[in-house]
Amino acid sequence: MSQLINKEAPYPVVPEQSDPDAETERKTASSKPCSPGVDDNPLLIVEDVGKSFNGTPACRDISFMLWPGEVLAIVGESGSGKTTLLRCLSAGIRADNGRTSYCSPTFGEMDVFTSPEHVLRQLHRTEWGLVHQNPRDGLRLGVSAGANIGERLMSLGQRNYGAIRDEALTWMRKVEINGDRIDDLPLHFSGGMQQRLQIARNLVTKPRLMFMDEPTGGLDVSVQARLLDLLRSLCSELHLAVILVTHDLGVARLLADRLLVMQCGRVVESGLTDQVLDDPHHPYTQLLVASILEA
Amino acid sequence: MSGTDKTTRHSGDGYNFAYLDEQTKRMVRRAILKAVAIPGYQVPFAGREMPMPFGWGTGGIQLTAALLGRDDVLKVIDQGADDTTNAVSIRKFFQRTAGVRTTERTAEATIIQTRHRIPETPLREDQILVYQVPLPEPLRWLEPRETESRKMHAQEEYGVMHVKLYEDIARHGRIVTSFDYPVRVAGRYVMSPSPIPKFDNPKMDDCPALQIFGAGRERRVYAIPPYTEVRSLDFEDHPFAIQRWVESCGLCGSRNSYLDEIILDDRGKRMFVCSDSDYCRSRRETEDSGPTAVVPENGRETREVKA
Amino acid sequence: MYVAVKGGEKAIENAHQLLDAARRGSPDIPEISVKQIREQLSLAVDRVTSEGSLYDPDLAALAVKQAQGDLVEAIFLVRAYRTTLPRFGVSTPVETGKMRVQRRISSCFKELPGGQLLGPTFDYTHRLLDFQLLDCPEQAPAQASKEPLGQAPGQEAEQAPDDNLDAEGSSPMVTGLAPQDSRTADTLPLGEPGSKEMPSIAELLRGEGLIEEQQGHDGAPKDITRDPLTFPATRDQRLQSLARADEGFVLALGYSTQRGYGSMHPFAGEIRVGRVEVEIVPEELGFAVCIGEILLTECQMLGKYSGDTHRPAHFSQGYGLAFGNCERKAMSMALVDRALRHDEFGEDVKGPAQDQEFVLSHGDNVEASGFVQHLKLPHYVDFQAELEIVRRLRAAHAAKGQDDGEEGSL
Repeated sequence: MSQLINKEAPYPVVPEQSDPDAETERKTASSKPCSPGVDDNPLLIVEDVGKSFNGTPACRDISFMLWPGEVLAIVGESGSGKTTLLRCLSAGIRADNGRTSYCSPTFGEMDVFTSPEHVLRQLHRTEWGLVHQNPRDGLRLGVSAGANIGERLMSLGQRNYGAIRDEALTWMRKVEINGDRIDDLPLHFSGGMQQRLQIARNLVTKPRLMFMDEPTGGLDVSVQARLLDLLRSLCSELHLAVILVTHDLGVARLLADRLLVMQCGRVVESGLTDQVLDDPHHPYTQLLVASILEA
Repeated sequence: MSGTDKTTRHSGDGYNFAYLDEQTKRMVRRAILKAVAIPGYQVPFAGREMPMPFGWGTGGIQLTAALLGRDDVLKVIDQGADDTTNAVSIRKFFQRTAGVRTTERTAEATIIQTRHRIPETPLREDQILVYQVPLPEPLRWLEPRETESRKMHAQEEYGVMHVKLYEDIARHGRIVTSFDYPVRVAGRYVMSPSPIPKFDNPKMDDCPALQIFGAGRERRVYAIPPYTEVRSLDFEDHPFAIQRWVESCGLCGSRNSYLDEIILDDRGKRMFVCSDSDYCRSRRETEDSGPTAVVPENGRETREVKA
Repeated sequence: MYVAVKGGEKAIENAHQLLDAARRGSPDIPEISVKQIREQLSLAVDRVTSEGSLYDPDLAALAVKQAQGDLVEAIFLVRAYRTTLPRFGVSTPVETGKMRVQRRISSCFKELPGGQLLGPTFDYTHRLLDFQLLDCPEQAPAQASKEPLGQAPGQEAEQAPDDNLDAEGSSPMVTGLAPQDSRTADTLPLGEPGSKEMPSIAELLRGEGLIEEQQGHDGAPKDITRDPLTFPATRDQRLQSLARADEGFVLALGYSTQRGYGSMHPFAGEIRVGRVEVEIVPEELGFAVCIGEILLTECQMLGKYSGDTHRPAHFSQGYGLAFGNCERKAMSMALVDRALRHDEFGEDVKGPAQDQEFVLSHGDNVEASGFVQHLKLPHYVDFQAELEIVRRLRAAHAAKGQDDGEEGSL
């Protein structure tokens, strides 16, 4: 059984294609005691998640698993429901149905959708990270870069100014921001620097799971490339699991181990990134792939 | 129109003891009890319109009104002094509506209503200190939304308070918050001590007297029960420190009290006197410490002393 | 030798005396009476009853006099008085459908059952100073027309019901009811009581399902004067808060929704001004008795809602209600009420008028005026603390400037 549940054989995400084996496999996985640190257990199990706005479904019947250290990209054009899905999974909005269980070192196996708010808020300060497309949404623009990075540490009870500062400098170095900007306001940073600062602000507590919404959107191409490189090395260095929403298949190819392709609120195709991109099955995926080739 | 009735009701005598009706007082006392039970937690209460404007001590006045009994002795101070106009006005209000004894001596008072200071004379178990609070929410500078700041309190999300202190140190090399310096009460709630100078913060810690805080406009009550731990937020390597003056009080010679600066002329001639007028007077009455000379001094320095 | 400043008490006494003199003005001019204010500055009085949230035109007029015409101060006086009133009971909801209207207009239909009634309004006046009003000879009271314009014969008897009922002892919200408050009732035309001939615009559209259904309400509405307002506030709390809010503030917010900081194109569905009966149910009786009449202004704003999968398109409502003749306030209130309901209609929050914490926390002029003006109180302890820090920072800055010869950051 354990061979079945690994990164190489991801759980089929499209219900139409699901087979009985996969069904049992999912149950086994979710009933297993959570043993954090063991990569054999999925970090996140998403089952039949759906969300509507004013009766119009934005996403529906979404199921997949995410393993520790795995980068999963959700791709699709705007309006495909990928951002809605991300917000449901990160508990930013409440899903209408389905469940998402997360395997937490602190709380054990837990249902994200029914967890009390204080637990979720704690996760967001510790084990999770959230990178907004617009870094201004994820930063405190009115306080210095150092304080932006240090905030999570302070909220976890770090009370040594010098230590917080050292940690902030370490992370600024890791995300390639010059240490002498530590006391500057991010308001005056370039877009790329703001985005790297936002990432550092999230990573300082060494989260296990990051949610990223178009992290390279709005950046020009050369800045994008540098950020992607940085993200790739950070993910492997920190053994980060990432759910990444992007409309850019190039970004997905560079970062993601696996892909979910969404169209009109449903997952139409999923699999290893290279397989999906090199041999797209679903006509919509083919269209997406063809469109970059043309571009 | 029964105008004559109403006219008599407007005259001072027509009002209930200490102005508020008994039901309202009961409501306020319930809020105070809850506040005492949860030290530092801001209890919403149905604050009333008082005959003084909001922001002029209506919160403290309602608490005092709810607590006042006929045997109480009331002291009212503003900026540490009994004779500042608003202190006079509030004291008169209770003299008129409750007829209780008032005093300017801290030691004689059973209830002390204050704005911006804690008396220098140590308080006792049989005293209650009532603070007037303009803005009760210490998180407000950062989070304007009540719905959000209440959640942050509920979940002890206080990291942002230290972010503010961090910024002070990063920019100025020290914490520059000098009044309304946030504290943590009984290891749980972060609380605004009202705009008292940080000089007074240590007096709140382990204080034998009950301390209650009333914010009339914002309709909140909170409290520090007697002998409760009150810690000013700080960093290990930048510990909380209070202001100290090189000068001593020009009237009583005190070196340990909070001093007001008095400008004597337009050439930089100044002197310093105790902001706590009762403390200053009693020192002059008991000790024979004559006024020290006025020392005009420019570029004076003050030193910070670890509390 | 410095002597600490004393004499706050004396200063306050003197200030009070000066204030009395300033209020009286020149003793050569006859003193204005509360009655004159009530009758001739009635819109000022209405605003004070409305925002003071105490329906007592006599006391409101007294407050206007005492406050030298400063209406926010007058409102404050009335509020402070209101606090001391015991609460004897709560009225049953007033039926504005049965209002005896002195004015009733709709911008949505040219003709509607019951008709449009312009009533006393500035609307179509030319705003030219009327210099004839400069002449104000000492005169005996003008002969009030016994047969006011448009008055149906035989209606006299229906006015001023329950003449023998004493308004004292009624709900504290309403202390000066119609029997004492003879103002305008004698001089202005009033419609017939009874709703059948003058149904509200909402009722007219409801027949076709074109207007949103009234929301049901579980239990008694909350009372923001008894329980502190907490967020998120429910609509009953919001409406109460808006009803007490400063007219200027609500007007500006309502205006902002029209200029794009909101999301509705509003129609003034209906505005009516008139008298309604106030009824209470005394416990010992168990049935409703009328305790008098009050003058109200009511406004229904309508806005198109295009519908979603659950609800077909219809008109949504914003509601405004004010004591007295306060049309501008009632209209603004209705706009803001509708703007605050954005979540019910899935609208984006685009403006401050849609932000309930912003609107409800800042609308009360007694609170706002007090807090702004408290800056006049001494702050020298805090200022001393800041002075100390500023000097210290300046010293540090100067030292740093000497060290590296350049400006420090910030």
